[in-house]
Amino acid sequence: MMKKVMSIPEKWSAFRKQLILEIEQVGLNSLGIVFIISFFVGGVVSIQTALNMTSPILPSYLVGFASRDSLILEFSPTMISLILAGKVGSSIASEVGSMRVTEQIDALEIMGLNSASFLILPKITASVLSFPFLVVISMGIGMIGAWAGGLSADVTTADFMSGLTYDFKPFYITYSLIKTLIFAFIVSSVSSYFGYHAKGGAIAVGKASTKAVVYSSILILIFNFILTDLILA
Amino acid sequence: MIEIKNIEKKFGNNHVLKNLSFLFERGKTNLIIGESGSGKTTLIKILIGLHKIDSGTVLFDDINLNTIKLKEQRKLRKEIGMLFQAGALYDYMTVEENIMFPLSMFTNKTEEEKLERVNFCLKRVNLEEKNNLLPSELSGGMTKRVAIARAIVMQPKYLFCDEPNSGLDPKTAIIIDNLIQEITKEYNITTIVNTHDMNSVMEIGENIAFINRGEIWWTGNKEELLVADNKELNNFVFASKLFKRLR
Repeated sequence: MMKKVMSIPEKWSAFRKQLILEIEQVGLNSLGIVFIISFFVGGVVSIQTALNMTSPILPSYLVGFASRDSLILEFSPTMISLILAGKVGSSIASEVGSMRVTEQIDALEIMGLNSASFLILPKITASVLSFPFLVVISMGIGMIGAWAGGLSADVTTADFMSGLTYDFKPFYITYSLIKTLIFAFIVSSVSSYFGYHAKGGAIAVGKASTKAVVYSSILILIFNFILTDLILA
Repeated sequence: MIEIKNIEKKFGNNHVLKNLSFLFERGKTNLIIGESGSGKTTLIKILIGLHKIDSGTVLFDDINLNTIKLKEQRKLRKEIGMLFQAGALYDYMTVEENIMFPLSMFTNKTEEEKLERVNFCLKRVNLEEKNNLLPSELSGGMTKRVAIARAIVMQPKYLFCDEPNSGLDPKTAIIIDNLIQEITKEYNITTIVNTHDMNSVMEIGENIAFINRGEIWWTGNKEELLVADNKELNNFVFASKLFKRLR
């Protein structure tokens, strides 16, 4: 199936049009949830770090430092991808699944179109392009949330900023974006697969949607472990 | 014309189509009739290329569907129009975009030329000025008419209709039947209609194949149908009280 998906689009203008629609659906429509979750999780990470640092030996800039690394290394790439597996993955599976059970995919095939490429390739491309942007935005918003959380836990802005810049390794961002790209591919391809192979009616679409989220999430966690071991260990 | 010769199809141990041979004539409404589960839908799915046959031959004029290469198969599919049971219109596209879609994908026509063709097809199915409606805003009959417009927009040589009247009231069903027959004559295309609606059969049945348990039991036209000496066919045709009285 992947060979069918990855074949050259029938018409580039149609592909471009579909891609723009998908970027809007996958990327722009996910901004709200990414903003809200990143801000509050960033805040909570910072408050909990501050509360757990009871020893006076530990400098207070450590709150900013720990929050930054937690957000860049794990929360933004992995947790946001898991959240997007729920939001984007279920949406892709139900959309493609509905098209399958209402014979819209058959209609594409009968016209002589490669339906897998026409429907799925723009979704995968849009996810691979949009997820990294969402993750970078999540990092930024998460740090603003962490700063706000730090203020409420009596960490001064100066200490927090000093922690944010302390021993910063740009490679962590690269590592995070590599993970994100792979997670984006997993979410979009797994969800499309379950939607494309849905059989029956509304119940089948629901099942496809559930399977898409479950399998995407499990694969994200497995690949997170493998990639972290390969890249950071 | 489309000719099928000795075609067989099995799904596991289920022998769905058994040694089917028939000639679907050009310029006529060819009907495949039979009870639910008799193999009608499988046959139509074989003809449109969604299922492969186990043995036998399917000929689209001179083109053999079994030996055709992928590139030629795609070319052939562009000559096929299909009217699905529920319309299969793309939800996120307007009526105009739905009809224009095949033109955008497979032709190099300008926007004006495409719009002109779309408006012509909409006029043909009596849906002028409905261009900007979404499928969710259409009634059952309108959905079928838009689907017909989409099916004929590329001027196909072959038109397939799967249960075109399902879910429609009798008056709208007759309008759809007549539209299919008129289009068939007008463009001299080979039309194949899969139905179990006897009103439809009596309205447009010019060349009929009755399928029962995967086999063709009877062939003829609507006039011959009423006087046929075939027990299985008679059980199907005269199942309703109305047709019993007619007999």
